[in-house]
Amino acid sequence: MNIIVCVKQVPDAKDVRLDPKTNTLSREGVESIMNPYDRHALEAAVQLKENYGGTVTVVSMGPPQAEEVLREAVSCGADEAVLVSDRAFAGADTWATTYTLMKAIKKIGTFDLIICGKQAIDGDTAQVGPGLAHRLNIPFVTCIRNITNCEDSLLKAERLMDDGYDVLEIQLPALLTVVKDINEPRVPSLKGKMKAKKISITSMSAEDIGANPEQIGLNGSTTQVVRVFSPEPRGEKTMLTGSVAEQVEQLIEKLEAIQ
Amino acid sequence: MLQINIDACIGCGLCEEECTYEAISVVDGIAEVNDKCTLCGSCVDVCEVEALHIEREEKQVQSDFGDWSGVCVFAEHRNGRIAPVTFELLGIGRQLADDLEVKLSAVLLGSDLSDKASKLIAFGADTVYQVDDTALEDFTDDAYGNVFEDIVREHKPEIVLAGATAIGRSFIPQVATALETGLTADCTELAIRKEDRTLLQTRPAFGGNVMATIECPYSRPQMATVRPMVMKSLPEDQGRKGEIISYTPKPERLQSRVKVLNSVKEDRDQINITEAEIIVSGGRGLDDEKGFALIRELADALGGAVGASRAAVDSEWIPYPHQVGQTGKTVCPKLYIACGISGAIQHIVGMQSSDMIVAINKDPDAPIFDVATCGIVGDLFEVVPMLTEKIKERKTS
Repeated sequence: MNIIVCVKQVPDAKDVRLDPKTNTLSREGVESIMNPYDRHALEAAVQLKENYGGTVTVVSMGPPQAEEVLREAVSCGADEAVLVSDRAFAGADTWATTYTLMKAIKKIGTFDLIICGKQAIDGDTAQVGPGLAHRLNIPFVTCIRNITNCEDSLLKAERLMDDGYDVLEIQLPALLTVVKDINEPRVPSLKGKMKAKKISITSMSAEDIGANPEQIGLNGSTTQVVRVFSPEPRGEKTMLTGSVAEQVEQLIEKLEAIQ
Repeated sequence: MLQINIDACIGCGLCEEECTYEAISVVDGIAEVNDKCTLCGSCVDVCEVEALHIEREEKQVQSDFGDWSGVCVFAEHRNGRIAPVTFELLGIGRQLADDLEVKLSAVLLGSDLSDKASKLIAFGADTVYQVDDTALEDFTDDAYGNVFEDIVREHKPEIVLAGATAIGRSFIPQVATALETGLTADCTELAIRKEDRTLLQTRPAFGGNVMATIECPYSRPQMATVRPMVMKSLPEDQGRKGEIISYTPKPERLQSRVKVLNSVKEDRDQINITEAEIIVSGGRGLDDEKGFALIRELADALGGAVGASRAAVDSEWIPYPHQVGQTGKTVCPKLYIACGISGAIQHIVGMQSSDMIVAINKDPDAPIFDVATCGIVGDLFEVVPMLTEKIKERKTS
């Protein structure tokens, strides 16, 4: 089974705090990391490979530094890594991104399954997986929380819904997006780290993938960001004082005021 | 590409501070951009001397651009119930349609829909396109996507809205791609710029720290998914008049390459916290699984749902569907009580738009207090049981 995993390098928001005075992110020491959901996508792919054989290819569209997350993916079990990178890709919305990834994946060749994280934590759109599947004309399912079986090009999996979950049967080739419930990503093995160091990463430019310049990057985007601003700061804050009993009493008064 | 006017640049560093991607920095008194730039435009907006500029080629607008008219809402229906976000969509949809002086339609897909369509009219729709077919009993991206796409193509609304729910966020991106138009995810604010009838779509980006307003200038329809619990629905009016139109899809459009074998509902602890009006959440401060019993008791006393921080879920004290935050659910209840949650940014972005936030934490410096409307510095094992007790007392008295 040949599996492609899409990964994205994102700024790590885990340890970032809001500056209450300016209401902006304090970005000191913020590192770039692999999008957390993509770790679970990669782990799901590596587990499928271990159970059913095949290869795992990781693909990332991003600046040259995105090579770091590709190497990390190799250290965690991916076999091949492809960096889709070109300044012409900058400013892509999800429409231009899915076009670019579609062209790159067609260039990579045949596959049985594509796995993506549910969403990237910087943009939070969750639109790339479904859009990419549509462009490749393959079925897709989002928010997979469990893959139970894979036989004869039929994959059984569970999709997380707002009110529970659905048990599904999916005809391959297909695309899945996964939630973090699906697995616990492994840490890199020593062997994996060695491999990651040595592996030669395939780089693809806009020309390499045969991209139409009108479909990529900022100019290929269907949406346009017209304004970026800080959210309204929150209103007055009251810190309660007194004994625990007094504080609880004050809180109950406040709760009654809103109900 | 980001253009920097080196004559205008004063090297103040505002752009460097603003950039989330470390893509711009001041070198020798002049801003310099590197490969990490995503052309998000934040630096352009923050520059006080207008030294930054993003060049964008003018694109050709879609040939039938002017033929699209009206506002259309996807009415989410599952297991015999219309999702609450649908009424919120009709509320904002009505407002947008009135601003544009056009009709508001709703598309209702499912099986055994009985009189659900009239309910959509009572909540603001002028027209309901309905497909009642057993093939739509279970949600599949293929069938729902194909049928919705066909209806939109046929009726050409200029604006299409759907809920940013598990279902909406799954199949709407495929519909937008098929229609070759833009889609903005998870909007929290929508407005019309009247001079060119443009939909201004505002959404939180970068985990809610930044708001971005997005347009779809070259293609129609303008599509957005809308965050639940943000827009206000209209009061139900049984007297409202509207038209219900049955639509018959082509049989091949109802086929799906994905089969739903079974649909399992998980009711325990009112798992769908996104629809709750009151949420009591617990975090690392609960120490262990047993600590959640206190949270549940308080939630029960208030008639609310139970939420959790990532730390509590990672420690397996409570399952993932309860997780609030960037990697969990975004909630917007009337009341959010955070107990023993320090307030990592990843949690805050998932609950900061709650109407009232109560924080209970023993660390006075915990960042959760920065977003709290009301804070108690104290031991939750003391405060929470007492609070539960008092609320129960009030209820019985």
